[in-house]
Amino acid sequence: MASELITKYMREEHLPHIWCPGCGHGILMRDVAQAVKNLGIDQEKVCLVSGIGCASRAAGYMDFQTMHTTHGRAIAFATGVKMARPDLEVIVIAGDGDCAAIGGNHLIHAARRNIGITVIVFNNDIYGMTGGQYSPTTPTGEFGTTAPYGNIDRPFDIAVLAAAAGASYVAKGTAYHATQTIKLIENGIKHKGFALIDCAGICATYYGRKNKKGSAVDMMKFQRDNTITVEQAKSLPREEREGKFILGKLVENDFPEFTDEYQKIIDRLKEGK
Amino acid sequence: MKNRVLMQGNEACVEGAIKAGMRFFAGYPITPSTEIAEQSAVRLPQVGGHFIQMEDEIASMAAIIGASAVGTKSMTATSGPGFSLKQENIGYACMTEIPCVIVDVQRSGPSTGLPTSPSQSDVMQARWGTHGDHSIIAISPSSVQECYHLAIRAFNLAEKYRTPVIFLMDEIVGHLREGIEIDDDENIEIIERKMKQRPDTLHLPYHVCEGEDVPRFHLTGYDIRYNITGLAHGADGFPTNNNEIAGQLVTRLMQKIEHNVDDIVQVEEKYCDDAETVIVCYGGTTRCVMSAVEELRAKGKKVGYFRPITIWPFPEKQLKALSEKVKNIIVAEHNYGQILLEVQRIVKNCKIGFVGKVDGTVIMPKEIVKAVEEVK
Ligand SMILES: Cc1ncc(C[n+]2csc(CCOP(=O)(O)OP(=O)(O)O)c2C)c(N)n1
Ligand code: SF4
Ligand SMILES: [Mg+2]
Repeated sequence: MASELITKYMREEHLPHIWCPGCGHGILMRDVAQAVKNLGIDQEKVCLVSGIGCASRAAGYMDFQTMHTTHGRAIAFATGVKMARPDLEVIVIAGDGDCAAIGGNHLIHAARRNIGITVIVFNNDIYGMTGGQYSPTTPTGEFGTTAPYGNIDRPFDIAVLAAAAGASYVAKGTAYHATQTIKLIENGIKHKGFALIDCAGICATYYGRKNKKGSAVDMMKFQRDNTITVEQAKSLPREEREGKFILGKLVENDFPEFTDEYQKIIDRLKEGK
Repeated sequence: MKNRVLMQGNEACVEGAIKAGMRFFAGYPITPSTEIAEQSAVRLPQVGGHFIQMEDEIASMAAIIGASAVGTKSMTATSGPGFSLKQENIGYACMTEIPCVIVDVQRSGPSTGLPTSPSQSDVMQARWGTHGDHSIIAISPSSVQECYHLAIRAFNLAEKYRTPVIFLMDEIVGHLREGIEIDDDENIEIIERKMKQRPDTLHLPYHVCEGEDVPRFHLTGYDIRYNITGLAHGADGFPTNNNEIAGQLVTRLMQKIEHNVDDIVQVEEKYCDDAETVIVCYGGTTRCVMSAVEELRAKGKKVGYFRPITIWPFPEKQLKALSEKVKNIIVAEHNYGQILLEVQRIVKNCKIGFVGKVDGTVIMPKEIVKAVEEVK
């Protein structure tokens, strides 16, 4: 029998999913379900919004209120949902391209407003769905179908970007470190303001193949052997941090949340002030 | 009781929207629509609603769809450049059948054009701006009074047909100030979402009842967990690659408007009964035409005007009937000839003339008078 995580939190009739064998998205989707389950939030109270990409397909499989929207715009759709229904737990699942390229503007502005949305990035450093083009997180020198001679772009660190833009909770997880990542997602959902958990994913099909990283299992092992904690990262010189996956919480602040602040305006007007 | 107030077209649009039940507005400033955002920022929190200035028009369009999907009547407002940015998500609202109102206060284009000058050059963008076959409703007010009343109607049609409605204003009506009458509540019809009744259809967000064209609502965010997607989907709301289902969906999206044109379409005809020449006009242009028609009538000329209030779907039946009675039709619009194309398509047996402007100035009544006097 399938676990309760599947029977209760997934739409079994829509499984199996479309993801490739070994894709990190399945693991990260499970982490999100586990985090919601651990928090004991009613499924009706969770509105999951996604954009377009392999990652965004999670919306169709997870048994919450789900909106599969347009490429890059999930955070903007989620902003409308959250303002209309501040009581909902609004979660966005986004790919790295979705979140940081086409949707980068929405990301930084939602972070700046500190609106109570939790963004979980399934970050595989590549455009999976369209077949392996380089993304804003593809490291310099790596290959993609549109970087046949090596990528000369410099990559974003999405977590650092969100923190700089004002996100009040920022963490980094990985597909390999499920236990820790679940906890980070849980804390992000519990957090009142804008939260972002940037999760290192695995796309063996395109990223792996283009960059000779071996199988999905090889990529998992690589993730396991090359992850350091946020604390360790702080004490390491820059060169030694290079190429490492980082795990843990980067930022947690108690900034005013946007819909709360708006409610104060409504209340003030009601009192005739 | 009627309450008489002085208002700008843009402000009247907001008041009408709030009367209709708008409780969420997301926008991005752009002339000549900005007063709509400003007025919404003032008024919405007063009635317990929410306003947000988003980072761009794409985000504004996304946000209003998000808010509407969870049950809040929502609107955005923009002008040409911003209207172009909204198009992808307008298509999403068409596909997912999320009601919303998009105000486009038209200005001269293309591109940044003449930002403060009147124009009506987004008429075709309103119809076909987003990609893919889709239906749309567009309404064009020609007075401040209509900005108020037709904004209410825009929301009503959006809810009734589960579609985005384009409120196609122009700089002339947007910035015009006039005295208008605001009715008491009991004189105004407000249409709310038609909710599902049959328990067996509750889990099927896009199930359409026998004899109906539009799926009834059961809101996202409440007791039943739905999926909404811009991918082709069946009654259950989940993506499908089934060509038959995809074809049925697009066909229904077209037909839900086609089947109901008589309910949706409104026109105004004046002095058309004995007219030999009829001027087709809409929105702000109507005001220049009205003045010209009065002047010509005073001179004994048999002239009238025909005004589509609903621009899309175009009042084809009404124009065709009229064209069978008159000799000449002159289209007057502030563009290079967009509705002219529709008129040429529909009218087969009249001489068709055209008065257009693309330099950002207003068509003067004397230019219409001249055009009418010149038809042989
Ligand atoms: C406006 C728009 N541009 C481009 C696309 C094509 N497209 C679909 S998914 C995608 C990239 C997805 O990459 P990412 O967000 O990293 O998600 P992944 O597939 O890697 O999970 C692109 C470019 C689209 N659907 N819409
Ligand atoms: S292409 Fe890559 S990201 Fe997409 S499902 Fe396959 S492995 Fe996952
Ligand atoms: Mg990706």
